Amino acid sequence: MQDPLVIGGHSFQSRFILGSGKFSLDLIQAVAEQGGAQMITLALRRANTGGAADVLEYIPKGLTLLPNTSGARTAEEAVRIARLARAIGCGDFVKVEVIRDSKYLLPDNYETIRATEMLAKEGFLVLPYMYPDLNVARSLQDVGAAAVMPLAAPIGSNKGLLTKEFIQILVDEIDLPVIVDAGIGRPSQACEAMELGVDAIMANTAIATAGNVKQMAAAFRLAIEAGRQAYLSGLGRVLEGRAEASSPLTGFLEA
Amino acid sequence: MMNLNAIDPMGYLPDMEQIQSDILEKVLRRTEVYQYQDYTAADVQRALAKDSCSIDDFAALLSPAALPFLEQMAQKAQRETRKHFGSSVCLFTPLYIANYCENHCVYCGFNCHNHILRAKLSEEEIEQELQAIAATGLQEILLLTGESRAASSVDYIGQAVSLASKYFKNVGIEIYPLNSDEYAHLHQCGADFVSVYQETYHPERYAQVHLSGHKRVFPYRFYAQERALMGGMRGVAFGALLGLDDFRKDAFSAGLHAYYTQQKYPQAEISFSCPRMRPYINGADNNPNDVHEPQLLQVMLAYRLFLPFAGITISTRERAGFRDNVVGMCATKISAGVRVGVGGHEEEQKGDEQFEISDPRSVEEVDAMLRQKGLQPVYIDYVRV
Repeated sequence: MQDPLVIGGHSFQSRFILGSGKFSLDLIQAVAEQGGAQMITLALRRANTGGAADVLEYIPKGLTLLPNTSGARTAEEAVRIARLARAIGCGDFVKVEVIRDSKYLLPDNYETIRATEMLAKEGFLVLPYMYPDLNVARSLQDVGAAAVMPLAAPIGSNKGLLTKEFIQILVDEIDLPVIVDAGIGRPSQACEAMELGVDAIMANTAIATAGNVKQMAAAFRLAIEAGRQAYLSGLGRVLEGRAEASSPLTGFLEA
Repeated sequence: MMNLNAIDPMGYLPDMEQIQSDILEKVLRRTEVYQYQDYTAADVQRALAKDSCSIDDFAALLSPAALPFLEQMAQKAQRETRKHFGSSVCLFTPLYIANYCENHCVYCGFNCHNHILRAKLSEEEIEQELQAIAATGLQEILLLTGESRAASSVDYIGQAVSLASKYFKNVGIEIYPLNSDEYAHLHQCGADFVSVYQETYHPERYAQVHLSGHKRVFPYRFYAQERALMGGMRGVAFGALLGLDDFRKDAFSAGLHAYYTQQKYPQAEISFSCPRMRPYINGADNNPNDVHEPQLLQVMLAYRLFLPFAGITISTRERAGFRDNVVGMCATKISAGVRVGVGGHEEEQKGDEQFEISDPRSVEEVDAMLRQKGLQPVYIDYVRV
């Protein structure tokens, strides 16, 4: 079945985006393979061009790079980092992260909209990391985002879909791919998000902190595929509370 | 040289900038009422069961009641470290560019009354040292001086920072405290991280061990991190010299100092260093060192659980066996290829050491150790914007 994920005109068969920041670099290739990921994020701040432990050298050929603007505290800083990423050959995709809180690492939605607007005008394919707020998502769409990346829970927390109701609203209302980023702690949560109609999942910590990271990557791949299949097939209804009598209120109607 | 009673340790000298802040008062007030002997095993267990650690939980984790729970603390700390930092451990090295000092700190090898070999590297010598260090592959450097404005002026340090920026992507400074405009100047030159250690947060003890010099002024030193952030620096490091006074109270204060500073400057990256008393030249007058490895680890673990997002640097003063086991568990940054004399990377060192190091391993050796433990050596995790 053809069911590609299309972001900014680029088509992907995989709906699993791998974060690279928390792995031992030696593991990235195997994890990407096991997870079937076609897109991988990397922090430009970790790029050590020509030096030791350069993240770019460890990313398998053929994967689409999604450099992030980690370290940016303002829209202007995010723009500068994105330009640096493009200059060293990371392509046109960029994941905008603007964070002004070192404790919770929550995205600053206002600066994120500004950065998205500036970068979209420069021809970047912008995937903004955001707190799931409908008005913000609409603004991001208006200023040219290629997708939105709402957080499920605080980054690194592995707490799952804490913002489920709000992500559902984005899925229902926004005409861009919705990619859940941050907070997904286990495959069942990735599956649940996909069942909501989310277009893709980004995960890093959940896999990097697993006992067997390769096996966990495979588990995420399967869960994301299962959730997607479930969404496309149309989930069966769930009765609330009790069994349903035939027609208690409308049984009086005559044909 | 100013004499003992010439400087009020709680006042300010004329050139010292005073800023609007209540952090010092908050830290001292909370530390004053911190009675660590009152905490019980139940308090420690409650703290360990919680998702996020309150100030009172932090107090419990630093108490003697927590010592029997070191293993549980370590396991939880390791999970937190993995969650926030993954397998990454940052590598860096310090470079001492001068060891002249105007302070009389009774515990310190650089103290102005010690007859050690004093030196200050010329620009050319600094560049040679930088080149030698850069050849090891490191991308992060920490520039240090003794605390002498006269011998190592802000301009001199600024030149060293500019030179360092040519060879390194990330430049930190560990120098005497400055005013915010001076920090702004060094930020312009290329520095983005500032380490200042309060040594002890107990004002009376502070006055007893800092007999003369600008360092005698307790609040000016205390607010160095805040002034650095006002000057545009990205991150600041905190620490007490554990063992100089009551280490539990000092560690508690250092934790609060970082906590309140980050609360006021939410974008600030914060980190801790955990030096403890080590052999030094004229140490006969000091308290016995009562911070053994378990106590040191307890402090590091308590920092990790209280502020799980904070960096923790493990000192070269600790033995390799200790360092290797705390990286990835609670420490996130480790020095390698360290020389603590002035210079010494390129040519023979010109000035004496501040202290003795216990882990002389090269960058290559530390890199190999980390990989062998399944950790990822990170040479750069910073982009200047």
